[in-house]
Amino acid sequence: MKGKRSMALPYVVWSIAFVVIPLLLVVYFAFTDKNGAFTFDNLSKIVHYLPIFAKSINLALIATIISFLIGYPLAYCIARSRTHVQRNLILLVMLPMWMNFLLRTYGWMTLLENEGIINKLLGMIGLGPFEMINTQGAVVLGMVYNYLPFMVLPLYSILVKIDRSVIEAAQDLGANRFQVLCKVLFPLSMPGIVSGVTMVFVPSVSTFIISRMLGGGGNMLIGDLIETQFLGGSYNPYLGSALSLVLMVVMLLIMTVMNAFDEDDMEGMLV
Amino acid sequence: MKQRAVCLILCLVVFLTALPMPAAAAEEQVLYVYNWGEYISDGSDGSIDVIAEFEATHPGVRVDYQTYATNEEMYAKIVSGSAEYDVLIPSDYMVGKLIEEDRLAPLNFENIENYRYIDESFRGLEYDPENKYSVPYTWGTVGIIYNKTKVTEPVESWDILWDANYAGQILMFNNPRDAFGIALKNLGYSQNTTDPEQLAEATEVLKEQKWIVQAYVMDEIFPKMTNGEAALAPYYAGDAITMIEDNPDLAFAVPKEGTNRFVDAMVIPKTSKNKELAEEFINFMLNPEIAAANISYIGYSTPMTAARELLDDELKDNPISYPDESILEKCDTFVNLDEETNDYMQNAWIEVLAFGENDVGAIVCLIVETSAIIALAVFLIIKKRKNR
Repeated sequence: MKGKRSMALPYVVWSIAFVVIPLLLVVYFAFTDKNGAFTFDNLSKIVHYLPIFAKSINLALIATIISFLIGYPLAYCIARSRTHVQRNLILLVMLPMWMNFLLRTYGWMTLLENEGIINKLLGMIGLGPFEMINTQGAVVLGMVYNYLPFMVLPLYSILVKIDRSVIEAAQDLGANRFQVLCKVLFPLSMPGIVSGVTMVFVPSVSTFIISRMLGGGGNMLIGDLIETQFLGGSYNPYLGSALSLVLMVVMLLIMTVMNAFDEDDMEGMLV
Repeated sequence: MKQRAVCLILCLVVFLTALPMPAAAAEEQVLYVYNWGEYISDGSDGSIDVIAEFEATHPGVRVDYQTYATNEEMYAKIVSGSAEYDVLIPSDYMVGKLIEEDRLAPLNFENIENYRYIDESFRGLEYDPENKYSVPYTWGTVGIIYNKTKVTEPVESWDILWDANYAGQILMFNNPRDAFGIALKNLGYSQNTTDPEQLAEATEVLKEQKWIVQAYVMDEIFPKMTNGEAALAPYYAGDAITMIEDNPDLAFAVPKEGTNRFVDAMVIPKTSKNKELAEEFINFMLNPEIAAANISYIGYSTPMTAARELLDDELKDNPISYPDESILEKCDTFVNLDEETNDYMQNAWIEVLAFGENDVGAIVCLIVETSAIIALAVFLIIKKRKNR
């Protein structure tokens, strides 16, 4: 047992140096002012930024829901296809992630612009031009596009483990499609849903480059606000840390609620 | 035992990755230069490679050249002490800030004899009045770049950026200092004002402008304007020349209210371990031939008449690069603002960018969503308990 534990040592060393200590620094900065004295000022200022928090969480939620609605049927289809086909399909889902994140988002800029490719094509058939870039919709699109694979992969890996006979049994007992989905598939795939939702929601809520590139700068999200505190004109790591701390607490709360969905040990039913 | 050894090795690897790379050959001197991106002649398009030229004339010296996108990014890196540089090329107000905070080393002008080429009008500028710490690198003005096919009326005033006829066709700087500078100039105030009332007025004006602004961007102005995505945008004179070359529909105008005349200057931070070599580098950059070659690549204006004389006629007398004295008289060069003004501007800018009419809506929406999710969670838990 002891020997097995020591196998985790490299990661423990790594995480103390690069995760735990930085996190403590964030907490320290959040409660100090420029002279290093203890203060609650940074945290109390955050009330002022409530609408930005609200906007970020709203957009991230919408993006998560859309990713789920697209990702779940896709993951199901992949999980039900033949094994060698599955491998190729998963590869295709992952494929966009081989390219740099910034480059992909930059690509959307040229697609969505007023003089962009989509509007030019629509113009040929006499439609448009539509105002697509620099809107909140474009920000949500960017989030869905970039984080969809994070939704599909955990869903796929849980759906592929669900025995086909469980579904057949449900159908034999007279369940219609909707009932199979709600009473069998959803409960069985809950762990995958929870981790998929987490993996889309968390990066979406804290993103800053997507909102800048696709939102036109006028749709400032919480990530942008934090970035401004460090790299903007008023170098204020104290407020920046306080904002990050609050964001972490918000996410922690949301994750706690999410985990409530996943309370039961349903994995026992998986084959 | 074996396991423990593997463990130890892995720990070591983890630590080693965190350590800086060991220095190269011991004899080699390394000069760390930190400059704006795309701001030096690098040998592409048949230009001369200034860095390589310096290394060739100074055997045993290697230049470690790094770039940044904003003054603030450079500042954050200097302040955090995570890197040491020998030469920095920040803008005017940032030079002032670094001087005020005592982060720069006074230059030894005996090592920078080429300083004599710098024009009188670029000596002792507001940000470094005694001229002890900085040597100007380039300068330029901020003006309006516009698309002639979309804007048929003459562009003379900053007012046109508030003209509702161009709603959705205007790009604006995504940087408080520049954005406020434009608003203040349009209101007839100084760009360096510290008067809270004038700043409040500028904030209001910027908020009014928000609904006709297509996007708040910085470098993206370049591709967006050359692609014809927008009609009007403020931008830097030096880049405007390149943009007009790329898209002849574009034109550039310096508004009659005056504008910001920026100067980027070479400085040596106090932490430099190689000050003499850094001064030699500055001296090298002031060599008129090198400066002229550099300027013709980057397109900004030179503070050295001797270098300007060596430029192509097209660039030498270009009114975009070298506007009339009557316009320059009305221009301000940014100085470092006091902390209070700076904070005011930053917060006001966040307000302009982040807040809109639907803020209350967003919060209400969030509350509804949160309660829905919590209700669903509670419902599911209760249902599960019942099933048991």
